[in-house]
Amino acid sequence: MGSTENRKPKTENPKANLRIFLTGVGGQGTLLASRLLGEAAMAAGYNPMVSETHGMAQRGGIVVSTLVLGDLQSPLISPGEADIMLGFEALEAFRALDRCHAKTLVIANTATMAPYPVAIGQARYPSVAQMFRRLAEQVGALLAFDAGTLARQAGSPLAVNMVILGALAATDSLPIAAEDILSVIRRGTKEKFLASNLQAFELGAAVAREPGNWLRR
Amino acid sequence: MSELLTGHAGERRLFLGNEAIVRGALEAGVVLVTTYPGTPASEIGDRCYEISRQTDLHFEFSTNEKVALEVAAGAAACGWRVLCAMKHVGVNVAADALMTLAYVGVKGGMVIVSADDPSLFSSQNEQDNRYYAKLAGLPMLEPATPEEAKVMTLAAFALSEELKVPVLLRTTTRVNHTRGPVTLGELAARPGPGRFYKDPFRQVMVPAVARQAHVRLLAAQDQARALAETSVFNEISGRGAWGIVTSSVPGTYVADALTELGLADKVRLLKLGFTHPLPEALLGDFLAPLTKVLVVEELEPYLEEGLKTVAQTRGLPVTIRGKGPDLFSRLYEYHPGLVREVVARFFGVASEAPGPMVPEKILGQPLPDRPPNLCAGCPHRAMYYAVKIALKDLGVEGIFPTDIGCYTLGLLPPLSMADFLICMGSSISTAAGISRATGQKVVAFIGDSTFFHSGLPALANAVHQKHDFLLVILDNGTTAMTGSQPHPGVSMAPPGFPGVHIPIPRVVKALGVEQLWVVNPYKYKESLAATKAALEAKGVRVLLSQAPCILYEARITGKKRTARFQVTRGCGECRDCLDNFGCPAMYLESGAEGQLQIDPDLCSGCAFCVQWCENIRPVGAGKGKE
Repeated sequence: MGSTENRKPKTENPKANLRIFLTGVGGQGTLLASRLLGEAAMAAGYNPMVSETHGMAQRGGIVVSTLVLGDLQSPLISPGEADIMLGFEALEAFRALDRCHAKTLVIANTATMAPYPVAIGQARYPSVAQMFRRLAEQVGALLAFDAGTLARQAGSPLAVNMVILGALAATDSLPIAAEDILSVIRRGTKEKFLASNLQAFELGAAVAREPGNWLRR
Repeated sequence: MSELLTGHAGERRLFLGNEAIVRGALEAGVVLVTTYPGTPASEIGDRCYEISRQTDLHFEFSTNEKVALEVAAGAAACGWRVLCAMKHVGVNVAADALMTLAYVGVKGGMVIVSADDPSLFSSQNEQDNRYYAKLAGLPMLEPATPEEAKVMTLAAFALSEELKVPVLLRTTTRVNHTRGPVTLGELAARPGPGRFYKDPFRQVMVPAVARQAHVRLLAAQDQARALAETSVFNEISGRGAWGIVTSSVPGTYVADALTELGLADKVRLLKLGFTHPLPEALLGDFLAPLTKVLVVEELEPYLEEGLKTVAQTRGLPVTIRGKGPDLFSRLYEYHPGLVREVVARFFGVASEAPGPMVPEKILGQPLPDRPPNLCAGCPHRAMYYAVKIALKDLGVEGIFPTDIGCYTLGLLPPLSMADFLICMGSSISTAAGISRATGQKVVAFIGDSTFFHSGLPALANAVHQKHDFLLVILDNGTTAMTGSQPHPGVSMAPPGFPGVHIPIPRVVKALGVEQLWVVNPYKYKESLAATKAALEAKGVRVLLSQAPCILYEARITGKKRTARFQVTRGCGECRDCLDNFGCPAMYLESGAEGQLQIDPDLCSGCAFCVQWCENIRPVGAGKGKE
């Protein structure tokens, strides 16, 4: 017992240690996004660990999930250790800056959802432009765009997660091919949502492919 | 078909820890599963319910954890393999049964899942249930990953049958709610009916019988300890004069930390999965050559105490540390960076971890919190509002013992309708104590599922003892907080649900309550009038607020309310809705002159606010501005 050889299969790619942190507001589909990424990673031969928030936090609160790939066993991501951060809502993206390091790649939705204290005038929602300017100064790469509008354009306001996944897949930062993610989406999506989800994915990818859209790269 | 019923042996699937436990149980040939829903264990019941609709698996959402455990124990006594799942505090409810079931023992394998919740993601405490294994004298396995959760569930059934006692499978939230690769085995067929063979002088726990049963339990513990000594779940790796002992999820953080700190060939690692009884010989042999040992475990120093006992017994000079200043806390969930830092500090090696960025500092202003909130259109909020306004109109302060469910969120402003909470069912009995002690106006709130869970004895007591308070039963027709599981009072069962419906009004009357008001909380005038009458009455009286959870209703019926409401005229300085109601669809426009507005994307169309605010009107009606 105990030798490292028989612990778990090694991945093909030696530089594949990758920590992805997803954050958003309950109902935005962060859990589905991390699960799809996990499924795609597994289909590509990895041993992904995906951790999720359930229960109380889903009632309009913050929902985070994490995906860890490579020769790592921990399912969680500590402050300062996310290699990729996906922010589904502007304020939550900025709040998750504490998970980022100087080389983190960030893809974030600039659309806002007012937290309750803001809605009733007891707190102020920070300036979105200001948050993303600061974020851009701290991380390795930042793509910030209105994923909500693109999701509606694709015919499904709930497809923000697909837009973000599409943008992520169009970067070269994942050891998983876009096609692997797409085939998981095709397999796991109900017929009537499939076309809009695929379109949302493509709209996100198109934004990421355009270098001029990146606040920092 | 449930995805847990598909796939061939050897195939790898991405499963939630809870799904891995269910798959393991199915591969072990589990015949009956019982549970009371509770995060982080809920998905075990949800998946088993689904599977029970598709196969011959027997499953029930029992009314509480004690009932669940006893139903399972009865079936296990007849030779069936059974699984009983609950959250950590559920084991407290089941503890009376658990302690003596350990004496009675089982014939068919019995696995009890205790899902602990370090960091209290959705719980009222973060107790460490490993001590239950010690208290009850039962074997315990602790998985760290979904894969281990499946493998250990299978092993736990075999272990239980070998030792003839229930086995605890102790998880934490981070196991239950992590998805990881799981290798499938073959699904097992389930046997038909079992048979109860009479053996009263082993199975009826009167003192004379129990004295002998305790002897058998201690013998089973010795046997279990011997098995733990050689268990594959207790694994030693690495080499060196230093050591780390760990179990559960922190073991994964330790593994990564040793790699990242370059300590893999300096530290000997003992990862324990079979953690009660502790394998004393193995621990002693592990400790003997070492100079210093760090124990990495979340919550209480369970392993640390065990290791120190072994070291003392053997007279070993090794330094053993775990909890303490500059080391690990007894509080909250750990994470990889924290474990790496403490490991580095303890062994005196450098750890290059720059402090994380602080978003507030970088922005130069605080970030607004995002507290969870009752949904727009939630019937609980409507009932809370009526009670709030009724008390205001009567000029009386209310004291609000509350209970466990979505409605506990009534704690937060602006509702602020929660003053005292201990555990499931405590609203009713603490209300009795508070009103007896003070004579203040006490209004207790309890949900429908919680009422059946542990409200019934409390209400019978309150009536019998002539206490004086108003009990509001917030009946939304389901166990909403944990994902809408059914219970005896469900007004709207999932299609094909076989359970018999027990109407709450009949239960309340049968328990001796003479004064009962039943209201639809969305009908404001009626519910306000009934609430005032109920508040002014004396003795134990019940106000039953009946309206389905809107999320659940939409899921079951497919119907969605299409009406939407808007603020048609400026409402000036009036902030009644924000100060007393707090619907998340309502917001103030930014700016000094900001008017109240209703977000049409968030409005559920419940039509409650329109009944008490003349400035709110249906969209499309009258002179509404667009």
